Amino acid sequence: MQPSTTQAGRRPVAGIVAYNAYLPAYRLQRGEIAAAVGSSARGARCVSGYDEDSTTLGVAAALPVVRGREPTVGGVWLATTDPVYADKTNATTVHAALDLQPGMIAADLGATLRSGIVALLVAARDGGLAVLADRRGGPAGGVDERAGADAAAAFLFGDRDPLAYVTGTASVTAEFIDRWRTPGAPDGAAWEERFGEQRYAELAGQLLARLSEAGVELGGVGRFAVTGINARAVRSVASAVRKATGAELEGDDLPDIIGNAGAAQAGLALASLLDTARAGETLLLISLADGADALVLRAADAIADRRGEPLRAQADRGVAIGYPQYLLWRERITAERPRRPDPDRPSAPFAWRNRRYKLSLAGGRCRKCGAIQFPLPRICYQCHAADEFESVSASGQAARIVTFTVDRLAFSLSPPLVSAIVAFEQGGRLQCELTDVRQPLHVGDVVVPTFRRGATVGGIRNYLWKARPVYPTTSAAPGPPGAERES
Amino acid sequence: MAQHSLRDRVAIISMGCTRFAEHFDRSADELAIEAVTEALDGAGLTCDDIDAFWLGTYVSGISGMALARPLRLVGKPVTRVENMCATGSEALRAAVYAVACGAVDVAMAVGAEKLKDSGYAGLISPRTQDDGTRVNTSAPANFSLLAPAYQTRYGVTRDVFRAAMTHVAWKNHANGALNPRAQFRREVSKESIERSPAVAGELGVLDCSGVADGAAAAIVTRAEDAHKYPGTPLYIKALSLVTGDGSGAADPRYDYTSFPEVVECAREAYAQAGITDPRRELALAEVHDCFTPTEIVLMEDLGFARRGNAWRDVLDGVYDRDGELPVNPDGGLKSFGHPVGASGLRMIYECWLQLRGQAGARQVATAHRGLALTQNLGGAPGDCVCFISVVGSKPG
Repeated sequence: MQPSTTQAGRRPVAGIVAYNAYLPAYRLQRGEIAAAVGSSARGARCVSGYDEDSTTLGVAAALPVVRGREPTVGGVWLATTDPVYADKTNATTVHAALDLQPGMIAADLGATLRSGIVALLVAARDGGLAVLADRRGGPAGGVDERAGADAAAAFLFGDRDPLAYVTGTASVTAEFIDRWRTPGAPDGAAWEERFGEQRYAELAGQLLARLSEAGVELGGVGRFAVTGINARAVRSVASAVRKATGAELEGDDLPDIIGNAGAAQAGLALASLLDTARAGETLLLISLADGADALVLRAADAIADRRGEPLRAQADRGVAIGYPQYLLWRERITAERPRRPDPDRPSAPFAWRNRRYKLSLAGGRCRKCGAIQFPLPRICYQCHAADEFESVSASGQAARIVTFTVDRLAFSLSPPLVSAIVAFEQGGRLQCELTDVRQPLHVGDVVVPTFRRGATVGGIRNYLWKARPVYPTTSAAPGPPGAERES
Repeated sequence: MAQHSLRDRVAIISMGCTRFAEHFDRSADELAIEAVTEALDGAGLTCDDIDAFWLGTYVSGISGMALARPLRLVGKPVTRVENMCATGSEALRAAVYAVACGAVDVAMAVGAEKLKDSGYAGLISPRTQDDGTRVNTSAPANFSLLAPAYQTRYGVTRDVFRAAMTHVAWKNHANGALNPRAQFRREVSKESIERSPAVAGELGVLDCSGVADGAAAAIVTRAEDAHKYPGTPLYIKALSLVTGDGSGAADPRYDYTSFPEVVECAREAYAQAGITDPRRELALAEVHDCFTPTEIVLMEDLGFARRGNAWRDVLDGVYDRDGELPVNPDGGLKSFGHPVGASGLRMIYECWLQLRGQAGARQVATAHRGLALTQNLGGAPGDCVCFISVVGSKPG
């Protein structure tokens, strides 16, 4: 089978060059959610921090993927059902936080569950970075809130030395009502699952036929994954595909151990397939959303040495939070306001002028004396040379805490506000907020920058770089309290 | 180019100061009028006799009209100045310079602040429009950065440093208890201080200065004219201001155990005043104890203690009212309260009382030491302005 080629005028795309999944730090026991409505449930779902949203989740997933490859990224395709902005493109925020070149497109793919696989198919056709990031919830105590997850995955497609070749794609489309949501509304709705189950079973049959017609040898598929919001349909289709191909099903336990991350779920499933793929193995990803879409890959030799942190390793750790904390973070219930003024709306012109620092965490190194400063200044504090700076970035560097404080007076979306002076390993210091702090801090602790949201004022979401402590992730460490436990 | 000492060229001939308190029943205008009236009455003058006015206010008024309007000043030059917590001192500095250069004969500095109309907890600082990247820390959080840094650098345990912080608060409350114009006029036990609710870092509520309303005023003339007015004048020995370049957070040489701006400012002030051993030459010092760790670090920056030793001096009672060098005998920001624009002149007011033997129950010994120091700090560690004055009861 030949690697697929794209439309005339575009360079051929060979496959996936790099990928990474990101699970936020927090886990919520489904039993705690269910207990609120007198029910019971098993397992835990993945929850993002109060200062994360679909955009920051996407950045967290994509940063390791694009690092060092920024000039080769040909476009950004962002998929989420929980966009931060309507009208304004969210992929541009991701593009800026990743410090990518301006000469490309960055686009949102519409707030639908299908957008996740669409991002993969578009990037597979046109090249570029598919960013699948989502936060899923629902009415308090209900099935969607329990079954949902917050997560992201990013895949960089290109023609240079891929770790998996794209060997086929197929899509079928059908109009019927299975899942829907009014734009802007926090909660969606579902028709009786059995109706959708039948429709998706028919669609999956059509999809496999189309793959065969396109030359994909179904018997050659080693492992496959099926994702979708309709759990009955996913199980049904998985069973049918297993029969049709004889392949091994991967990732059917992900909804149990992580939850269903909506538009990002296809990304998690694909990451899970790639995490354990052997060179030469054929992988099939099927997404069920208002039709059925398939992406067929063949793992290349490079797969062995170019994996990110495996999804399952991330799933195995996490910090338990209580249901009230989740409801506060999701703004499902209103917290007491501090007796301090609300923050001001960030100035659009100021933010634009300072975008290299605000969004890309870039500063300057003085060409005369070497001092590093954030943001890039006009005049060096050390040698007072004027306009003698070259751009440097702190993104991706580790830093150490110089001194820190826990502020119980300042406004914060989740008090107290923890901040520190941090010194980067390659030089330069700055004062920033700390986040995902789980243990008492000490001078000298190691932190890494992380792109997060601040307050939203007048509808404008304030994005900024914070730092988060780096905790040991060895398997010898005791498991997180409460996570993955049955309730 | 150099700065030049104005030593003994300008004299303070009268002062006024309101009680600092939660004056929910009085406006900034009324507080200013009270302080101005007390100062005018002390010198037997009226507003007509004052040639120029400077008003220091941080958030309670805009332009000189904030003073001209309530006082109904007609045809007078009135200017509002602002330099964070050094705002009141900045008004004095302008008035002294105006007299010293011969532009006017008599000038008045007024500091006035109304903080308790906001309804918010703590001090609310005005912020310029920005891009939202500045960390929105509170003032106690900024100054709490000193504690872990100091402990780490000098190998002082958290408990010992806590004891020194507690001693500062205890001392200043004990001093303020004797001061009828202080916001908090009661002693506070060390147990209460250490049990107070956490605010930021290692700071509790009782490690923080009082948020207050208040006003203070000073009238200055050329030194040779001071005899024309009743009472004993105070002579300006030194005025020093250092505005930091804000590089502390960026500069790896800065370790959050000191205020370099204060060190530089003190060097200049001591040179102007001819002071070589401040711990033994000063009768008292009024320093910017906005938070307890600040006062500890200031003892080193002002040359009152050797580096790494201030916590020990504090615990030894060196800066108590009956100690070797009384610091904040009026209760300081901690107990007298901190209406930002008035605080600098309030410090001068305590020197005015102490050096002229009018401090009553809290009078410190001034027989063999005729100099007093005031010091303000505005901003945060690594990013601040510092003002220092030295005043004396005798010329020469």
